[in-house]
Order: sequence, then structure tokens, then C-alpha cells
Amino acid sequence: MPSLAYPVPTDLSPATVKNTASLFRIITLALISGAAIASRLFSIINFESVIHEFDPWFNYRATRVLASKGFYEFWNWFDPTAWYPLGRVVGGTVYPGLMATSGVIYYILQALNLPVDIRNICVLLAPGFSALTAWATYMFTKEMKNESAGLLAAAFIGIVPGYISRSVAGSYDNEAIAIFLLMFTFYLWIKALKQGSALYGTAAAVFYFYMVAAWGGYVFITNMIPVHALVLILMGRFSHRLYVAYCSWYAIGTLASMQVPFVGFQPVSTSEHMGALGVFGLLQIVAFADLVRSHVSSQNFQKILRFGLVAIGGLGASAFVALTYSGKIAPWTGRFYSLWDTGYAKKYIPIIASVSEHQPTAWPSFFMDLQMLVFLFPAGVILCFRELRDEHLFVIVYSVMASYFAGVMVRLMLTLTPVVCVSSAIALSTLLETYINPVEPDAERDSSAPTEPQQTANGSSAQPSAATPSKKGKKAATAPAASSSAFSELVAASSGKKSYFSSPRGIFGMDTRVMVVLNTLWMLSFFVFHCTYVTSSAYSSPSVVLASQSQDGSQHIIDDFREAYYWIRQNTPEDAVVMSWWDYGYQIAGMADRPTLVDNNTWNNTHIATVGKAMSSSEENAYPILRKHDVDYVLVIFGGLIGYSGDDINKFLWMVRIAQGVWPDEIQESNYFTPRGEYRVDDAASKTMKDSLMYKMSYYRFADLFGGGQAMDRVRNQQAPKNIELDYLDEAFTSENWIVRLYQVRKEDILGRDLKSANAFEKGKKRKRSKPLSRRRAIV
Amino acid sequence: MPQTKQGPASTGSTALGSLWKAYSEQTPERLKFIDAFLFFLMLSGVIQFAYCVLVTTYPYNAFLSGFASTVGQFVLAASLRSQVNPQNKEEFKEVSPERAFADFALGSIVLHFFVYNFLG
Repeated sequence: MPSLAYPVPTDLSPATVKNTASLFRIITLALISGAAIASRLFSIINFESVIHEFDPWFNYRATRVLASKGFYEFWNWFDPTAWYPLGRVVGGTVYPGLMATSGVIYYILQALNLPVDIRNICVLLAPGFSALTAWATYMFTKEMKNESAGLLAAAFIGIVPGYISRSVAGSYDNEAIAIFLLMFTFYLWIKALKQGSALYGTAAAVFYFYMVAAWGGYVFITNMIPVHALVLILMGRFSHRLYVAYCSWYAIGTLASMQVPFVGFQPVSTSEHMGALGVFGLLQIVAFADLVRSHVSSQNFQKILRFGLVAIGGLGASAFVALTYSGKIAPWTGRFYSLWDTGYAKKYIPIIASVSEHQPTAWPSFFMDLQMLVFLFPAGVILCFRELRDEHLFVIVYSVMASYFAGVMVRLMLTLTPVVCVSSAIALSTLLETYINPVEPDAERDSSAPTEPQQTANGSSAQPSAATPSKKGKKAATAPAASSSAFSELVAASSGKKSYFSSPRGIFGMDTRVMVVLNTLWMLSFFVFHCTYVTSSAYSSPSVVLASQSQDGSQHIIDDFREAYYWIRQNTPEDAVVMSWWDYGYQIAGMADRPTLVDNNTWNNTHIATVGKAMSSSEENAYPILRKHDVDYVLVIFGGLIGYSGDDINKFLWMVRIAQGVWPDEIQESNYFTPRGEYRVDDAASKTMKDSLMYKMSYYRFADLFGGGQAMDRVRNQQAPKNIELDYLDEAFTSENWIVRLYQVRKEDILGRDLKSANAFEKGKKRKRSKPLSRRRAIV
Repeated sequence: MPQTKQGPASTGSTALGSLWKAYSEQTPERLKFIDAFLFFLMLSGVIQFAYCVLVTTYPYNAFLSGFASTVGQFVLAASLRSQVNPQNKEEFKEVSPERAFADFALGSIVLHFFVYNFLG
């Protein structure tokens, strides 16, 4: 009987302990789900139940079609209003998983006589699925360590801002359900690998199919699982369980993924998917070699191996290379290629580089999104190394890959967050298990030779490891979270509580235990505060309405976007085509319900470049473009009056760059800078800049607001220009705070004149050979 | 794992011959039955692939679903073979032969659901 640091009840039956533990687990998971849902509702409570951002507006519109017209109509939906005059085949260019999910929920609720509006289902889908994500993370981490680590991981992912940022209520985007599917597919894969069960492999394939239908990030799974399998093979850990799990996943999952029209034949024809196919082929060879080896002597096997298997492997690999070079297998698409060559997008595809989510991540955003998890994360990965079962390799590979991708692109922080939660939970639960464990180290037995580590009383599943002392020291250094002495204690203690070395190691007494546990609890509670603070202040504002605080703390809502969109909806003909920069395409289609030229689905770069060209060229040059595309209204966003920095003048250079990519002789970026290379909007601006349509539309009549005083642009902090004249456009609407400005394109002059001279005539300016005013009046 | 009985062979052909001999001697009847099925699936896949390469790939989805059907069925049957192989009993502690067969049946049903859906 080992001595205990504090008394524990001994008269409990194992059944009681087990039942109580499972009751606690259920209650904890329920509370975690509640916290996960509740912490995502700030935006609804502070503002209202609306769809945020840009992409969700399209998803919402598509879901409305699905809910009102049924699934087949949605599947074959051709949207003539998007990408006017081209139109968009929505069914074949969309990941339908999100819409189908909310459609199914809608129909189920209808069938239960709970008539919930489809908008509310869309708004609340992400919080609902975040609860499922917490549960899936629990299951996943349970496979890695044990239930307590699973509960910690679930609690982490329930509230961690890195995931909340993409899943607040109203953020009806693909990521809302994708992270749940990601974690659940990984869980099923680990389960299949552990058991060697084709059932779990099939289930992983089915959820992989769901994931493919839901999010373009499925490619991450398509490459994670093969890399894991490849690492297992290379480490000599090939087992028949791996064969069963991988092959059943790949064979069914690949065929299933091809059912999604948007994906089509990509899984057999593009480079992103070839890793999975290659590992599939390799596994067949390895499994066959294994079969042969079991039947013949090693000498014969050597021969067969040399002649047969190497030849097959070489042949397969060279076939891949040959097919790639001959063009049968498509090379990496720009979007994925820019992850490897980080300068690629900026050079060749400005439209990818222009999205703010595609920029590299700065350190503060790692800390802001993950707080203490970011430094517990490496500790957890190292703990995985110490135990290194097959599934721990998965966490290690996942951490390495996701860390790299999250460093390259802000947006991929989302795929890093789950593994950070899992790995930190492993680290933290190891720490807590060690320090809550009441067993005192046995001083007498430690003096004897290194004994076999034994399982401790409460069954800590930490396995002994063969790490050397120097390695332990290094590890303590990598974990600044816990006090470093505590961590080296942990290392020693997790090795089965009995030291390998002559001096007795372990945790003595109550004081150390209480100190470390209290410190950990303090860190955990501070984590909760941090998450809540970040969620409420940074991630819970709908971009549709802008909020500003006045001096006395009262909130002032700027609702110009909806004001303008509803003006368009109610005051323009239903087939009026609105041209705007592509950022606002989905919102115009969703809220104003008018055809747009370009939208956020940037599938046709030339069409976007056309809009960019129209915006960045002079009125005379832009007018034919507008007329040829039947544009009735042009919409620009202008933040100069209230200091809204995300306006079109700040995005203007991207329009220029994208247009320059297609028409290099007509649009040159350097023309828009001053001779000293500055981007200015005041009097020093270049002539091309002053002539451009975007510039004129943004500052038209702006100086009048200031009553002859100096007009200041509050975003650029420069003087705004005066006396701008528009000849080809009429101002149709300007919202209250001048954020949205809408211009109507004039029709051709009825007398066939150039609109510029017609306008000059209207204004009464003298033409060169015009007659005196008095004589003209005499004629009338 | 049963011991191999062959002595060292000197040439490649005898190596293959001894492999065949060892296989036919050591493999239980059930596994041979599965192997026959595997061989049939392989033949079917090879014929489909040859047709695709030599004649036409025109209904590409039809080719893919037919080929994926044979490949998928092949790997599922191969999985079943390794799960019920008495040599691998240690590895598959949680999968009894009966459960392995049920898994195989379920996997095949799911696979062929997708095959028929993709056949178009």
C-alpha cells in the first residue's frame, strides 16, 4: 500500500466510481456545449439576428432557394442574375453540404410543427455545430489519451477564439460545419486505424464525403491521412490494420467525393489528390510484399523483392511523373500552390493576394486566438512523442502541417485550432493527473536499481518512456507555461512515478500539489476570461452594420449598407444591373436582389478585370464598357466621411492591378501614383488618378459637405478634392453617412451627341462656336 | 506465423515456384476462395482498364465507377482476407471474423451505392 498525500475514500465500489464518472462526463459535456453555444451569441444579443460578412449571404440565398423550391431545383439551379451577362451554374459551382444541412434541419423542424424561419436556422447553425465540434474533439482526444484529456480538449475548442472567429451566430459559412466534420472524420480514421475495422473506415469515408460536400478545405484531409499512413509505413509500422483502414477509407471516400459536382473528376486528375492515390498504391505493394514474405524464406524474398516490387514501385512513380508532365494530371492550382511558394500569388494572381485572409499570420494573432494554448501546444506534441503510438503520430503530423499552413495564411488558423486544443489538453491533463494523484513516491524502493515502472493507483495512462535526462531538460525549456520545475517534475512523474535514477523523484507533500493545481486552475480561468473578452470585442460584430461608441458609452449604429441596398431593392427596376467591386456582389444579390456583374465567387478573372478596368479608367473610356454590359447603376463604398477604412479607394490599387493583369497597355499601376511614388488623393494626386471613375464617384460633391471649408478625407487624412464633374453618370443615391454611393449610368444622348459635350451644353458652358445667349433666346 | 519449409533456391524461377508451393500448402481453403475472388476482380479491372486505354474513355464517369467498383471491392476483400487470416489474429483483437464479414458487407453496400449513383 503506497503512502498517500491526502486521504481518499476507499470504501467505494468500482461500479459507483464508474457511474459517477460517466455522470460527470455527461454533465460536463452538456455544460461545454452550452458554453460553446452561448459564447457565440454576442452578435445576436448586441445587434440582431442577421447574416454577417459577404460569403454567407450567398449561402443564405442558396439555402432559401433550397428551402422554398426543394432539393432538385437547387441542384439544377442556374442563377441568371449573378455574373451578368454570363450567369452562374450554382449547382455545379458550390459545395452544397452547408445548404443541404440547414435544408434538412428546416424540413425536420417543419415536420415537427416548429415553423422556424430559414434565416434563424442559418444564423444559428454555426453555434449548434460548434457544440458538435466540442463533442467530436472529445471523442478524438479520448482516443489519444483518456476521457479527462478529452473533456479538457472539448472545453478548449468550445470557447477558443481561433474557432469562434469563424463560427459566431450569423456567420453562415462553410467552416461552420466543416470543423466538426474534420474532427469527426479524423476521429473515425483513428478509430479505424486502431481497430483495423472496415466499418470505421467506411464511416470515415462517408463523413469524408460529407466534408467534401461542405468545404473546399477537404483537401487537407485528403492529404493528412495519406501523410500519416506514409509516415507509419516509413517508420516500419505497417500493419494490416493500417491496410484495412486506409484502403476502405480511400476506395469508398474517393468515389464518394466524386459525386459532388463541383469536385467532379478532380480526385483522379489533379495533383492535390495524387498523394492519396500514391499512398494507396504503395500500401498495395507493401501488403503484397508482406504476404509474400510470410510464405517464403528471407533469401528468396530478397530476390522477389528486388525483381518484382521495386520494379512495380518505380513504374508507378514514373507513371505519376510522366502523367504530370504530359498534362494528364493537372498541376497544383494557384490557390494551393501559393501555400508552398508564398510569393507566387502576389506576382501572378493578384486576385488571390488581394484577399486579406490570405496574408501571413503575425505572432500577436496566434496569441489572441489561442492564448495559453499556444505555449501548451508544443508540450503536448512532445508528450505525444514520448508515447508514440500510431495515433500519436497523427497528432504530430497534423501539428507540423497545420502550424506551417497557419503561419502562411491567416485563414488556415482555423485548421490549426483543433490540434492545438487536443495537444494542449494532453499536456494539461498529464500535468493535472500527475499533481492530483495522491500517491507519494516510495523513497526506499528508489534506492534500488531502476525498477519497472508501474501503473499508479488511479490508472494514469501515461506510459513510461525511454527519454534521456537531457531530453527532459530540453522539454522543460519548451514549456514555459507551467513553472519549469513543475514540468521537469511532471516528466519524471509521468514516467510511472518511480524514478529511473538513484535519487528519489516524484511529488512529495500537499503544498507542491496545491500550488501547481491552483496555478493551473488560475491559468484555465484566465483563459476563459480571455476567450470571452476576445469573442465579445473582436469577433462578434456583423460587418453589415457598423457600431461606434459615443462619449457617454451609448452605442451608435451605422446602417448605411442596408439603407442603400434596400433603396436599390425598392426604387430600381427589377432587372437593373448593378456594378460594384466583387466584394459586394453577394450582398447586393442577397439584400438588394439585383443582378450583379461580379461577385465573391471569383471564378472569372477577366470579368473582374473588366470591372476593375471600368473603375480605374476615365469616364470616356469607362462609359462604353458600362454600356456594353448593360450596367444601370454603379455602386461604390466611400468611407471618407466617417473614417471607414475598408472602402473602395483603399481597395482601388487591387482593381488597378487586376485590370493591369489583363490589359497591360491600357492600365498601368504606376500612373496612379504621384511622381514621388505616393498614393495620394488630394491635389497632388496624379492625373490618371484624378480622372479615374472610382476617384470621381467617391469624391463627387464631397467638398460641398464642408460648406466651402477644407474637405478632409478621414481615412486618408488628406484634403479631398473639390469641383468634380461627372458627365456620364448621375448620382442616384448616397447613404446617410456617405458610405454607399450609387450612380446611375446615363443613357446615350437623344441627339446623338457625346455625353460630355451634351453635359457641357446643359451647364451653359460656351462651346467654341456657340452663339450668344441673347440670340438663342430670341429664336425661342 | 508459420515457418517456411523451403530451402534456399538458386534462381529466380525456383523462387517463384517455391512461393507458389508454399502458398498452396499453407493457405487455408477459405483464404484461397477469397484469393480466387481477388484474382477475378483484378482480371475484371485489367480488362476495363485495357478497354479504356485502347478503345475510349468517353463516358468517363462510367469507366471510373466500374473501375472503382473493382478496385474498391478488391481492397475490401483484401481487407477481409487479412482480418480473417489466422496469422493476423494478434493484430485484430477487436475484429472477429464474423464482424469482419459484416464490415465487408457494409463497406461493399456503401461502395456500390456510390458506384450506381456515379454510373449516371
